[in-house]
Amino acid sequence: MLQIDRWKRILIIGLCLLGIGFAVPNLFYAKVESHNDAVAEIERTGVETPELAAARDAWPSWLPSSVVALGLDLRGGAHLLGEVRVAEVYKARMDALWPELRRALADERATLGAIRRLPSPEGTLKIEIENADQIARATEIVRGFSNPVTTLTGAGQQSLAIQQAGNALTIQLSDAEKAVTDDRTVQQSVEIIRRRVDEVGTREPTIVRQGADRILIQVPGIGSAEELKSLIGTTAKLTFNSVVGTGTNPDARPGVGQVILPAADQEGLYYTLEESPVVTGEELTDAVPSTDQNGQPSVDFRFNPTGARKFGAYTSANIGQPFAIVLDNKVISAPVIRQAITAGSGQISGSMDFDGANQLAVLLRAGALPAQLDFLEERTIGPELGQDSIDAGRLSSVIATAAVVAYMIASYGLFGAFASISVIANVILILSIMSVMGATLTLPGIAGIVLTVGTAVDANVIIYERIREELRAGKRVAKAISDGFDEAMSAIIDANVTSFIAAAVMFFLGSGPVKGFAVTLTIGLVTSVFTAIFLTRLMIVWWLEWRKPKELIL
Amino acid sequence: MAFRLKLVPDNTRIDFFRWQWLTFGASMAAMVLSLVLVATMGLNFGIDFKGGTTIRTESTTAFEVGDYREALDDLGFSDLAITEVFDPSFGADRHVAMIRIGTTDETGSVSPEQLNQIEAALHQVDPQITFASVESVGPKVSGELIKTAFYAVGAACLGIMAYIWLRFEWQFAIGCVVSLIHDVLLTVGLFSLFQLKFDLTTIAALLTTLGFSCNDTVVVFDRLRENLMKYKTRPLIELMNLTTNETLSRTVMTAVTTGIALTAMLIFGGDVIRDFVIAMLFGVVVGCYSTIYVAKNIVLWLGVKRDWSKKDPKLAASPFENAERP
Repeated sequence: MLQIDRWKRILIIGLCLLGIGFAVPNLFYAKVESHNDAVAEIERTGVETPELAAARDAWPSWLPSSVVALGLDLRGGAHLLGEVRVAEVYKARMDALWPELRRALADERATLGAIRRLPSPEGTLKIEIENADQIARATEIVRGFSNPVTTLTGAGQQSLAIQQAGNALTIQLSDAEKAVTDDRTVQQSVEIIRRRVDEVGTREPTIVRQGADRILIQVPGIGSAEELKSLIGTTAKLTFNSVVGTGTNPDARPGVGQVILPAADQEGLYYTLEESPVVTGEELTDAVPSTDQNGQPSVDFRFNPTGARKFGAYTSANIGQPFAIVLDNKVISAPVIRQAITAGSGQISGSMDFDGANQLAVLLRAGALPAQLDFLEERTIGPELGQDSIDAGRLSSVIATAAVVAYMIASYGLFGAFASISVIANVILILSIMSVMGATLTLPGIAGIVLTVGTAVDANVIIYERIREELRAGKRVAKAISDGFDEAMSAIIDANVTSFIAAAVMFFLGSGPVKGFAVTLTIGLVTSVFTAIFLTRLMIVWWLEWRKPKELIL
Repeated sequence: MAFRLKLVPDNTRIDFFRWQWLTFGASMAAMVLSLVLVATMGLNFGIDFKGGTTIRTESTTAFEVGDYREALDDLGFSDLAITEVFDPSFGADRHVAMIRIGTTDETGSVSPEQLNQIEAALHQVDPQITFASVESVGPKVSGELIKTAFYAVGAACLGIMAYIWLRFEWQFAIGCVVSLIHDVLLTVGLFSLFQLKFDLTTIAALLTTLGFSCNDTVVVFDRLRENLMKYKTRPLIELMNLTTNETLSRTVMTAVTTGIALTAMLIFGGDVIRDFVIAMLFGVVVGCYSTIYVAKNIVLWLGVKRDWSKKDPKLAASPFENAERP
């Protein structure tokens, strides 16, 4: 046990030096961070301003430049947990299916008789045909709109579930199709939220899916959760619809395939619109804030070719008619078409200020959310509070380490000093591994490091106590040390595995701060075993080789 | 260099089982007491588990909780709690309050309008006021978090039990888990007694305590196993005493270093994390105690498979008489 190969010695010391190297950037946190930001900015824009270059050159590029990411509780920022209303998409799908289905069924009106849509719960489509004996034929036609769904669990399921009762058919998405749709909806939402947050340009946002239909959004440095919510909470569904009429009664019964929507800027005014839009926001290629001819804030947009064609055809056929620009189920404006708009571009104006126009442009560029989000959890942490926590954490870590070092040296003398060096190396290794992994340090994480300082000596304590016993049993120094390490090994491993189990459970339980704590604790377990077993032993072996002691007072 | 600080002298011969009925009885009583406390006084659940909103305000001027309350009373929140936060590091010109508002609707959070009203009302009372953090959790999430927390503690206990069962004998696993339950219950009892904020980080602290407590137990068991192999004929109770005495110095050492580190965090770590550190510190102390006085008693009663083991007269009185025996 006391023979350590040269290459092993080099490896142990090398790892420790590497650890120090990767931990060093954290001492110059602000400098390294602005260096990293500058590098990213230069790469993104391709423009190198003197300020950026100065920020970049403040930290030599050949040095490691990864720093520990600070959690929201240390840096300040906003945290949101949103739940996607996945069922909204079922409704949209059914509503979109109806016009196509009506056309297909109407083609066979001679056999089926009259066709109409009956009121039914959201996300379902109920159709009645006149001739009940032809229901099988109608079902067949509907089935033609259904596709096989391929899922992980196997193919062979159809996308539509069709129920037949008398002369009525109830159609909805099958469970397999719903699962696939949910998945896609949440994925799309994540992507769109990411695009929106990126547009605003804050640093390192976290946008991840959680569970089946939830999205966790963490944006450091943003002022408040409200700000973030208004950015991502809007669906930004933009459509252009034909206007059927206007009125003041929101509860009037619209015709089939029509909807009544309120005006955004005029209380009490309601528009009756054709439900299926002429063009949707999905066919926009660009949107920029600008001003209209009256100097009012507005948003200029441009359609893609298909959108432009549809819009051109519609406007040329409906000159003199109004059409509605609808955003999130509110009519923003309903201008009258004066001439055919074939250039594929246009302008939205009315009821917005400059900030609003800017935000609308961002939202339109990023695309509409497929479904609305409900926010289940929101947290805002001010940057000052975070800084206070960092300072307090730093102070208590230093004091804790100093106290533990003093106690260890008082208890074990020189060997205590060895263990203390290991403890300090341990903290450095934790920081460097977290930096390299990009793990997030949270306030409980700092407590985890402090705790690790206390427990990291445990492995050394087990070994030293064992050596003491072996010495008392009359063994020679080298033999006692060697046996001490050997015998203590199984206790050290077992003890750390149980802690590891607890940390692993915490990792899966927790979000945010707790997860950060679990990560820190786990890294601390690994590094403390490494430093206690390898580094301390190496120091002791060196000491033995150097002094060749005949006796040892431990 | 010859001076050594030794809290535990060499070669102790303490009979840890001398007072076993007293200590074990006290442990059981403390567990029951904890349950009674939780049942009667309840736990001071944080918003993680209860839902609602907390606002942390900071100001350079001193304030009266009553003034804040008066300002917010008009807004008509039924479930409103305001507490002043003290910390030695604050100094004379830093005054912190925590305002907690219960859930107001289905999705749970206070609406942006309400939040603005609150902030405006407090601004009127104290123009210097700033809002250091605003957090809200809806009832849907908080309900799930409670469930997850329960599962987590359960899963950690089971995982640890399984590992110890694999590495040692099932008697050791049961002994360890009973001491874990003991530690968890006592910590929860402490939180109930002092009405400390019980939230997700408390669960993290509990889990860490589990790991630590077990860590301690495992070191003792490891030694016990070694001694069982070494002394094949000595009675179990003697071996346990021997083992505990042998490992006592280490148990105390580690508890002290961990205690020192956590105490530093308790004093200098700031008020945000204080309850978390209290839970861990208390857990370390109980964990240490339960290793010596709970885990081993259980193993003693259950007996370990050894050739010498005859029917122990004590078994009749044991609470585990119906337990499966090898």
